[in-house]
Amino acid sequence: MAGFDKRVNSYAEALDGLEDGMTVLAGGFGLCGIPENLIAEIKRKGTRDLTVVSNNCGVDGFGLGLLLEDRQIRKMIASYVGENALFEKQLLDGELEVELTPQGTLAEKMRAGGAGIPAFYTATGFGTPIAEGKDVREFNGRPHILEHAITGDFAIVKGWKADRYGNVIYRHTAQNFNPLAAAAAKVTVVEVEEIVEPGEIDPTQIHTPGIYVDRIICGTFEKRIEKRTVRT
Amino acid sequence: MALSREQMAQRVARELQDGYYVNLGIGIPTLVANYVPDGMEVMLQSENGLLGMGAFPTEAELDADMINAGKQTVTARVGASIFNSAESFAMIRGGHIDLTVLGAFEVDVQGNIASWMIPGKLVKGMGGAMDLVAGAENIIVLMTHASKDGESKLLPACTLPLTGANCIKRVLTDLAYLEIENGAFVLKERAPGVSVEEIVAKTAGELVVPDHVPEMTF
Repeated sequence: MAGFDKRVNSYAEALDGLEDGMTVLAGGFGLCGIPENLIAEIKRKGTRDLTVVSNNCGVDGFGLGLLLEDRQIRKMIASYVGENALFEKQLLDGELEVELTPQGTLAEKMRAGGAGIPAFYTATGFGTPIAEGKDVREFNGRPHILEHAITGDFAIVKGWKADRYGNVIYRHTAQNFNPLAAAAAKVTVVEVEEIVEPGEIDPTQIHTPGIYVDRIICGTFEKRIEKRTVRT
Repeated sequence: MALSREQMAQRVARELQDGYYVNLGIGIPTLVANYVPDGMEVMLQSENGLLGMGAFPTEAELDADMINAGKQTVTARVGASIFNSAESFAMIRGGHIDLTVLGAFEVDVQGNIASWMIPGKLVKGMGGAMDLVAGAENIIVLMTHASKDGESKLLPACTLPLTGANCIKRVLTDLAYLEIENGAFVLKERAPGVSVEEIVAKTAGELVVPDHVPEMTF
């Protein structure tokens, strides 16, 4: 049983082994479903020269934006990074490298990485700047470009509930890139709102099976809203 | 008179069909959701992983875990489903979306579209736009016909870096509805009170003008 107990007791333990220069895959879309405490722990640890793969890079002062403050990110692989003044500055100053990747290609690169598929062809991006230098092949009369899978040293993931076996479910659209990141790293750390007893989550409802997960920690979350829109 | 933002959305909404799955881009395309005809059911796909996007929440319903691709808080309608980003783009890239509506800086007579990058200005990223234009059969581009300085955005060849190549067949501007066929724009409809001459003057790419160009009605 102990071999399947993925729970850890502290955020320091959750990110034990994360070192300078590593590649970190982070779940989240905007500020929705981001592993906010794990990001804060990377800031506290001061790990540097990171390559971070995430759809976005947080905002100033929250989420992955925190890691820009002490220049901990060397390279960002993302589809959209516009929400962030510090990001802009570091990019223009040449302190930060960015590899813009179409959102679907980014998701599929992570999915492929987790599934052991080294590369795939897609029509997305053919004829655009992102196709430069990439292998082109025609399928069904249409040109496609070769895209390589992404894997990480660490994945930092935000779930809703998990059991100690590491089975995870996500809540609403906070799912986004989280299960993809979870499957594609050597060490996958999931922080959740609640750790439940094994069996409490219906096996058919599990989004991320425990086989992908190495460490589970229970946290409390601010869940900041980026664009609060309501109807009256 | 050039079409207002609302009229552009209204005109595009006429292309909706009962049972359509539709992806609406950020900006004017989002407004199309306000003009779904009565008695017609469509499902809006939001590429962050929501099929069946509903209205904005009330204060009581507000939930940080429920957002759309524009990062706005939303609700899910009855019949909705929620899934991860790879699944979401499998729907898009697999050609399962019936209609995609998005904005652009430029389109050209070859069906190329430029919508994400202006060299020399800060590049924020393409988000899901490249996947959407590559994956959808049925795309309507919504844009103004010319820039504020009067420069045409309907060109012989796009000047900006592309979002997708040879993928656009239909364009609605504030002046006209056009289709792209055999390397030319074909003028199909004009905005109320807008002359064919004005559209010709503001279209830099080759334009085919049929004998009769009906006026849109609202």
